Amino acid sequence: MYWLKLTLRNALRHKLRTLLTLLGLLVAILSFGLLQTVVDAWYTGANSAAPDRLVTRNAVSLVVPLPIHYRDKIRGLDGVRSVAAANWFAGVYQEPKNFFPQFAIDAAPYLAMYPEYRIDSDQLREFMRDRKGVVIGRKLADTYGLKLGDVLPLRGTIFAGNWEFVIRAIYEGATPRTDTSQMFFHWQYLDETLRAKAPQRSSMSGVFVVQVTDISRAAEISAEIDAMFRNSPAETLTETEQAFQIGFIKQTEAIVIAIRIVSFVVIFIILAVMANTMAMTARERIAEYATLKALGFGPVFLGGLIYGESLAIALSGAALGIAFTFPVAGWFGAKMGTLFPVFEVSNETVWLQLSCAVVVGITAALLPARRAARVRIVEGLRAIG
Amino acid sequence: MSEEPAVAIRRLTKAYRRGGQVVPVLNDITLDIPAGDYVALMGPSGSGKSTLLNLIAGIDRADGGELRVAGADINMLDEAELADWRARSVGFIFQFYNLMPVLTAFENVELPLLLTGLSRGERHSRVEAALEMVGLADRMEHYPSELSGGQQQRVAIARAIITDPVILVADEPTGDLDRASADDILALMGRLNTELGKTIIMVTHDPYAAQRARSIRQLEKGELRGTLKAAPEGKS
Repeated sequence: MYWLKLTLRNALRHKLRTLLTLLGLLVAILSFGLLQTVVDAWYTGANSAAPDRLVTRNAVSLVVPLPIHYRDKIRGLDGVRSVAAANWFAGVYQEPKNFFPQFAIDAAPYLAMYPEYRIDSDQLREFMRDRKGVVIGRKLADTYGLKLGDVLPLRGTIFAGNWEFVIRAIYEGATPRTDTSQMFFHWQYLDETLRAKAPQRSSMSGVFVVQVTDISRAAEISAEIDAMFRNSPAETLTETEQAFQIGFIKQTEAIVIAIRIVSFVVIFIILAVMANTMAMTARERIAEYATLKALGFGPVFLGGLIYGESLAIALSGAALGIAFTFPVAGWFGAKMGTLFPVFEVSNETVWLQLSCAVVVGITAALLPARRAARVRIVEGLRAIG
Repeated sequence: MSEEPAVAIRRLTKAYRRGGQVVPVLNDITLDIPAGDYVALMGPSGSGKSTLLNLIAGIDRADGGELRVAGADINMLDEAELADWRARSVGFIFQFYNLMPVLTAFENVELPLLLTGLSRGERHSRVEAALEMVGLADRMEHYPSELSGGQQQRVAIARAIITDPVILVADEPTGDLDRASADDILALMGRLNTELGKTIIMVTHDPYAAQRARSIRQLEKGELRGTLKAAPEGKS
């Protein structure tokens, strides 16, 4: 109790210094939290992948499509529950910066495989009826003010021309971390259009999403699919949806690594600031530490005072930083629109922020506590006068 | 027959090392300070009087000789034992008071009692009595910055006596005070000696302060030169 009283009063002794250190901690912990959330957002797709879903793509490259008749062959394999074609569309809505993922899909099997996309049954019926109909996510609708019945014009990049779709359904996410920034439309519409305009590109699919009946057989079925098309003109590579997503992210891994490095540099900088604060504090109080030692207090008590003060400041700064992380992340996520489909501060990020504060608090107190423990009473007392 | 002295020093030596050079500070000091005495140590700067006081108080280590203080051979104690011994046996009065600025007068005086097993209630009654004795009963909740120099030194004296130590060591206790405050402090120290029977060893440059002691010992160049004022009969 007495120790706590002395620790807290010491922490508030130089109010301006403590305030500036807290400000530094707030900014650092906030920045760290935001950068970690950016990294989390990067991995959203991988983290929300289901273990019973596989993705089959061309073994040469993701940009090389597969013949659509593979769908029926894959469906015929033992252990496969469902197969759906999915094609990356990459259209531009109004201007290139308005990016959001668009897929041409086998609507019925695909949407059945993704129960995390919650669609009203009436809207789903409308979508299935309309060849040009699309399903869009709630975040996408909110970002661009889109509503049911609106015409959604896209300028094709991979598939040239102006495309017009009608919004027939808006899906909600089953959890806050479900990606609701996507758009899905009928693969048949894409294929029929290509048949007319570019027949050589028709009857193809970018990937097939395969749902298996037994998760434990995922690896075996992946191997069977790839074996089935070995030595064909379009060999396949089948992997779990999560592995597929991670492979996709790996293409931008350098950015993720850079963000991670910057986030830890921020923590290192605040560690230096905090260590400086504690070093100044300890230097100024050498005479007090010597007095306490003269009175009979040992190094453990002195160390406790210094570690306690350092941790009190670091954890207060962390608490402020964490408290600010949520509204700032909300604002940042909204500003980013559909670039980050999910921008939620995870519990893991909050724990990381707290852990960093504890590490900073302890590390910053290491040398001052050692110095206080080792100070010779006679020399310490001389420091006063 | 004869009572053990509060301080018994035999052939005590101490030297400092500066840049590879050994500078002797105390040479072959032999001295007895009887229990209940009030001794002033005087001498020019560098004579070794503060060093001698520090050795007696157990906050510095001698290089050689014997040093028995309050019944303990303190040269033989390790750091932890020495800290315990100081907490029990020695009260410190410093020139600049050395109070904790973030603690009130009450809390400063209570500080040494945290090392005892006393209950909170016992601690509080002791602190109140000590502050009453030094005349600061009405300033218990004041912080050092809200007290005058003389008042701060009285708080320091209350802190020094709170554990009822055998010996009080005072290093220039009036060095930072005006004459009137110094008089108050010297009177208070006199009362601690006469009324409570505390053995007081005081280092001072001030002949006026030294005259308030029972005896005055003179140091020069690390050696005891003699007694300027002898303790009254029956005390030394």
